[in-house]
Amino acid sequence: MLKSPYDTDCITWSPQGRLFQIEYAMEAIKQGSLCVGLKSNDYAILATLNRAPSKLAEYQQKLYEIDEHIGLCFSGLTADGRLICKYLRTEALNYKYTHGTNINPQRLVGKLSDKAQIKTQRHSKRPYGVGCLVIGLDENGPHVYETSPDANFYEYYAVAIGARCQSAKTYLEKNYETFSNLSKDELIIHAVKAVKSSAQSDVELNGRSVSVAIVGRDTPFKFLTSDEIEATLSQLSQAMEVEV
Amino acid sequence: MSRFNPYNDNGGTVVAVAQGSRVVIGGDTRISNGYNILSRNYNKVTQLTSTTFIATSGQVTDAQTLHKLLLAKVALYKHQHGNEPSLRALSKLLCVTLYSRRFFPYYTFNLLCGVDDDGQGKVFGYDAIGSFDELKYGAQGSGQQLSMSILDNQMKGTNRTDSYSFNSDPVGLVKDVFNAVAERDIYTGDHVLIWDVSPQGINQSTFRLRSD
Repeated sequence: MLKSPYDTDCITWSPQGRLFQIEYAMEAIKQGSLCVGLKSNDYAILATLNRAPSKLAEYQQKLYEIDEHIGLCFSGLTADGRLICKYLRTEALNYKYTHGTNINPQRLVGKLSDKAQIKTQRHSKRPYGVGCLVIGLDENGPHVYETSPDANFYEYYAVAIGARCQSAKTYLEKNYETFSNLSKDELIIHAVKAVKSSAQSDVELNGRSVSVAIVGRDTPFKFLTSDEIEATLSQLSQAMEVEV
Repeated sequence: MSRFNPYNDNGGTVVAVAQGSRVVIGGDTRISNGYNILSRNYNKVTQLTSTTFIATSGQVTDAQTLHKLLLAKVALYKHQHGNEPSLRALSKLLCVTLYSRRFFPYYTFNLLCGVDDDGQGKVFGYDAIGSFDELKYGAQGSGQQLSMSILDNQMKGTNRTDSYSFNSDPVGLVKDVFNAVAERDIYTGDHVLIWDVSPQGINQSTFRLRSD
């Protein structure tokens, strides 16, 4: 994006009716590493490609539990993401304390978007620098949501955000119609394949650089262990060798 | 004219006995209000983590609120630390939670019990404003005095002239204690819910008491 004369703050419109600060915030997500979300009739899965600042460093976690029925991952400014995670956890816990039941995931995502909207209409605040993918379970089944700095949220069958997400999106567009009745393991394979399709050849894919989490009607939110992820990755690379 | 009294004792007794890596927790299921019985099937014990329980006597509404609050604090701890709090950590947490209401206390008399990080079964006894101590066995509630007399006699060998040490089943002891208390305490009776907690697992059972 090129610089524009109307982009100094969030409260200035451009003549074309755009708020550039918000659009620049959306660019921040494209700098973040990949997040993938998808669902079937019974499960919703999040998968992320984690980054490490250097070879000496640990991979940074981007996938978090919000409640036993909701999970979150984000692309962009990780500090903003962690604060959002803290907020969502607090809101979900307060709801559970007051009402004795789990909060509806769409309501929770809506609360986050309402908070994000405030930051788009104050001269003293900046928009969030993250896009979040949220998976959640309610009485109708699993759901996948995306939130963004423009304070919108959308529901998806399958979605990918972050760097080089177009390859993952293309893979998901080709395959999402078959997702509805897949088993848990088949769905996980699709999620990992989507992550693989976006990863550059020099990126090492292993149980620590890839995170996967699942929630379902009979499954409270849980992470896949790094052993389980490595098993799926090696299963995929064996299959690809056979195809070649 | 009498002023509104926010406190009300709903009666009942809770007992806990620790032995080795095992702890047995019992709570009767009666709620009373004066001479009236409000319920014969009320559970006074809440499981906080996979190895810790809180058993509370006193005012039911304060006990319910306290248990709910602790469950929320445990959930927050699990989010922040990635694992469950230890019994030791929870013992301090309950203390500061109770003391935070020093000037309008929770009318609750608590026993916090479970298996700690070191694999030992432990019981912590509290007063209403958070003072606590680690115990080998404890009782709270309307049958506290009756229970503690029996527990001291059986676990420590007080008020007996023979040399004695306790070497039988703590679940049997808890049942005997409740039977004795139900005979003489009008606020204790109906049923006892018993949890037998050890590193091998948790065994829950129900035991009938006199209903008069």
